[in-house]
Amino acid sequence: MSVDSKTVRRIARLARIAVNDGEVALMEKELNALLAWVEQLAEVDVSGVPPMTSVVEQRLKMRSDTITEGGRAADVLKNAPLSDEGFFLVPKVVE
Amino acid sequence: MAQSDPTAFTLSEARDALRAKQLSPRELTEAHLKAVSNARRLNAFITETPECALEQSKESEQRIQAGAARALEGLPLAIKDLFCTANVRTTAGSRILENFVPPYESTVTRNLWNAGAILLGKTNLDEFAMGSSNETSWFGPVTNPWRAHGRNDDLVPGGSSGGSATAVAARLALAATGTDTGGSIRQPAAVTGIVGLKPTYGRCSRWGIVAFASSLDQAGPMTRTVRDAAIMLGAMASADPLDSTSVETPVPDYEAGLESGVKGLRVGIPKEYRVTGASPEIDRLWEKGAAWLKEQGAELREVSLPHTKYALPAYYIVAPAEASSNLARYDGMRFGYRAKGTDDLIELYERTRAEGFGREVRRRILIGTYVLSAGYYDAYYLRAQKVRTLIARDFTRAFEQCDVLLTPATPCAAFGHGEKTADPVAMYLNDVFTVTVNLAGLPGISVLAGL
Repeated sequence: MSVDSKTVRRIARLARIAVNDGEVALMEKELNALLAWVEQLAEVDVSGVPPMTSVVEQRLKMRSDTITEGGRAADVLKNAPLSDEGFFLVPKVVE
Repeated sequence: MAQSDPTAFTLSEARDALRAKQLSPRELTEAHLKAVSNARRLNAFITETPECALEQSKESEQRIQAGAARALEGLPLAIKDLFCTANVRTTAGSRILENFVPPYESTVTRNLWNAGAILLGKTNLDEFAMGSSNETSWFGPVTNPWRAHGRNDDLVPGGSSGGSATAVAARLALAATGTDTGGSIRQPAAVTGIVGLKPTYGRCSRWGIVAFASSLDQAGPMTRTVRDAAIMLGAMASADPLDSTSVETPVPDYEAGLESGVKGLRVGIPKEYRVTGASPEIDRLWEKGAAWLKEQGAELREVSLPHTKYALPAYYIVAPAEASSNLARYDGMRFGYRAKGTDDLIELYERTRAEGFGREVRRRILIGTYVLSAGYYDAYYLRAQKVRTLIARDFTRAFEQCDVLLTPATPCAAFGHGEKTADPVAMYLNDVFTVTVNLAGLPGISVLAGL
């Protein structure tokens, strides 16, 4: 499988990363080189093999449904690019 | 043993000298702070924390005077700038986090401070730990303190934990922390001539470590001796309720375990690693290592890991897929860099991420987005996860015949700046021997050879 410039633009949009024409051409070349290289995985017989999603053989732990932390609005906002009156300032989302 | 220059101590020697009151935590800290400031040309640190170090050394002085020294009391360390440190800038080597000051402490660093360790500063790394040469950092490349025989040019320290590797090799810190997703502790340790230990997945909590690929990421120590690695791991490791994948097993006394030696140990040599293209120099060292173990009474045997050649391609699907998901949080809204000059929300996201992330990170996010996208998920991501199962099974079978495996850490020694940046796949091949154990969740250590 290989990607064309239209696909590069589509995945850049999905990933929310702006790309200019020069970058699209370069990414198309690099992604195709990489996809050609990972193509060798198609040789492996994976029929009946379960996918591995975790290497830890333990059950996920449960915890009690209680509030453990809170009241740290100032800390939460400390790294905000823009904030005002205890809120994050973001561009208009709803027209 | 007394040292005229305290930076020449190993971690364990410095610990013993402090407890014997042959030198003070302040003297030890000042000597290392001086070494750090004298070695700025190496660019090992992104942020130096001398005030914090001197403040911490005061408490250590008191503890030692009172005979209440903890495991790492008064020992100055360097911390990879991927571990969040409360009120100390944490950048992940990225422009997008250039001014990020976490209000919280990672579990691993909290464990280290609770053990009495001292913070010298935060070390340079490949951006978001993505790289094998420390050349993708927004804060510039790191230089290896070593040079090659017959060459006088600067070499890379490996990556992604390149700043930590250089700090330990150049004696700027007694030890450092690293993180290893595909080889980022063991590869830089190997090319700077130090010890790098990637623990079993889950042994050290991932809480508060900037995430790259969550099913692979694991923190570990970088030190000048194996004993020092044992001491460091003992302090870093814990079962942590804040990380649901952290392992519940109690932390043993790793240092005590060093005394048992290798007599009778069954050492497997995976035959597939011979055909994976290491340089003749590395092959010779590998044989030498096997001979050393044999002399000490270990029993060598050939084993097979048949899916070895598929590990790296599987990794370069799984890791970018997880990264594309983890790095979705950097949107310029709540923390981190935000682009200027637009009020359109989508455009702001796109420009923030285009300007905030470097080329390698953007490339991996796009790969990850592609392999997870509708129509390609089964062909790439699901298949890679199944191959991962086969790789893990290879190890399970091999360990029926042996206790440990002996392999090279890297396919070549340290290389020059810019030598491998033009071809991403050539750079990725640096991890060919290390990435298998990340996929299987196993521990690995690279030890000194060939110096």
